[in-house]
Amino acid sequence: MIRRLLLAFCLLAGPAGAQEKPPETIVAGLSQNRVSITADFDGSEILVYGAVRRDSPPPEGRLDVIVTIEGPATPLMVRRKDRVWGIWVNNASIAVDSAPSFYAVATTGHLHDILSATENLRQGITIDRVIRAVGITAEADASEAFVEAMMRVRTGEGRYRLMENRVQLTEQTLFRTDVVLPANLTEGIYKVRLFLLRGGKVVASQERQINVRKAGLERMVYNMAREQPLIYGLVSLMLAAVSGWAASAAFRLFRA
Amino acid sequence: MQIYLPIAEVSVDAFLILGIGGIVGFLSGMFGVGGGFLITPLLFFIGVPPAVAVATGANQVVASSVSGVLAQLKRKAVDFRMGFVLLAGGVGGSGIGIWVFAWMKAKGQVDLFVQLSYVLFLGLIGAMMLQESLRALLRSRKPNAPVRRAHVHNWVHGLPLKMKFRASGLYISVIPPVLVGALVGFLAAIMGVGGGFIMVPAMIYLLGMPTKVVVGTSLFQIIFVTAFTTVMHAVTSQTVDMMLALVLIFGGVIGAQIGARVGLRLKAEQLRILLSLLVLAVALRIAADLLIRPAELYSVMPGVLP
Repeated sequence: MIRRLLLAFCLLAGPAGAQEKPPETIVAGLSQNRVSITADFDGSEILVYGAVRRDSPPPEGRLDVIVTIEGPATPLMVRRKDRVWGIWVNNASIAVDSAPSFYAVATTGHLHDILSATENLRQGITIDRVIRAVGITAEADASEAFVEAMMRVRTGEGRYRLMENRVQLTEQTLFRTDVVLPANLTEGIYKVRLFLLRGGKVVASQERQINVRKAGLERMVYNMAREQPLIYGLVSLMLAAVSGWAASAAFRLFRA
Repeated sequence: MQIYLPIAEVSVDAFLILGIGGIVGFLSGMFGVGGGFLITPLLFFIGVPPAVAVATGANQVVASSVSGVLAQLKRKAVDFRMGFVLLAGGVGGSGIGIWVFAWMKAKGQVDLFVQLSYVLFLGLIGAMMLQESLRALLRSRKPNAPVRRAHVHNWVHGLPLKMKFRASGLYISVIPPVLVGALVGFLAAIMGVGGGFIMVPAMIYLLGMPTKVVVGTSLFQIIFVTAFTTVMHAVTSQTVDMMLALVLIFGGVIGAQIGARVGLRLKAEQLRILLSLLVLAVALRIAADLLIRPAELYSVMPGVLP
């Protein structure tokens, strides 16, 4: 009897004792780690893939994978229209210090089922956690409503996405997901985070980066507009005047 | 075919932009309006940020105005002397306008101010032109109706500093054109447009210029106003998108040439009725935005913290 209890105790303590070295880790890769925005750029598809590495047999509990992609953050103004003297005008507003320009979450199951609230709070996985983590300057009375509206608007624009059941997990080991980056990308470093979950708890995580840069003509125009604004303005004018004249001359030839 | 705009940072359909440029250019060549009051809302509608739409719109108007002026020049329908007098007033007016704009911006109600001035001026001018040109059209249908004189002598002709405007066939004081130029320059700076839709009726009804020189002279004046605006925007806010401007311009200059030729075939009254209907339509559209409850009350703007 005592021997049996001891055996059971050993079995229970076994996996717990091995926690010094994590039983499962993520090995991950991206189909590309740089995106060049050229004149004909109309979005890009990134393949995020990887495998779960484990030295011992898989532990108990449901295995899930969450992948997040986060674009560079910018400050925002959220405005609300109110009816003043019969017309709708921008009335109240709040400033959001920093909100990601793009945020996608891809999962292997329903987010509520696979991720516990405390773990979400700790790791900052869902979009509302990412924004709240930075903090809002409270200028209007109901800043909660403003943040919700901002997420609604940006979700409508395709900037914020929740893609449940879009990570494919094969044989409890291999996983992959495709994330489509939209055409109206903001330049900067895109942070890719991968989380491995067991029974609602994050057991391993990984980070990767995608460098999104304007290239070629786009870069040239952008740099010139920033660095030589006066010359840029004058060149724009020249182009306009010359094309106006050229069209006129071309039509004269056409009619003659 | 999608193209990515480096300054606006959005990807748009090149043919859509080409079409917008073409339509605005067509109207520009036909009526002598720069089309700023159309192009800005249209660009905004397809997802270009408002600041970029205003600045790039100005750049496109330069091109279509140059194209339009050259088409009018062959018909000797540009009154350069009048153009310069109007411009002199315009520079002063836009200086005051920019100052008032900055003041409204500090107050935080610049959007409303711009929208209200659009509704007010477009509505007023559109209604006035429509009423006047309909009356003229009806009069021309009745052959035995009494002919109204083109311009009646009134107190305006008693003002000093008279100048001869040969192309317009006018001998009037420079004070009214300078004041008209100043008013248009002021409104143009506030509303972010060239001001052609105010200039054209002002020339016809306030200065009594013949319709055939109005279009060319208005376009001539608009070139300078919008060129100034473009450079100002490029320097202060870096919102001129050259890529967007090029595609718009390509459509615009072709549209302007066709518009100028179609305009020749139409009678002056018909031209004015069409322009007034267009102006009224834009005014009603903006008024509807102000009066009807928007589907989404909130808007998100990328912005720097104060």
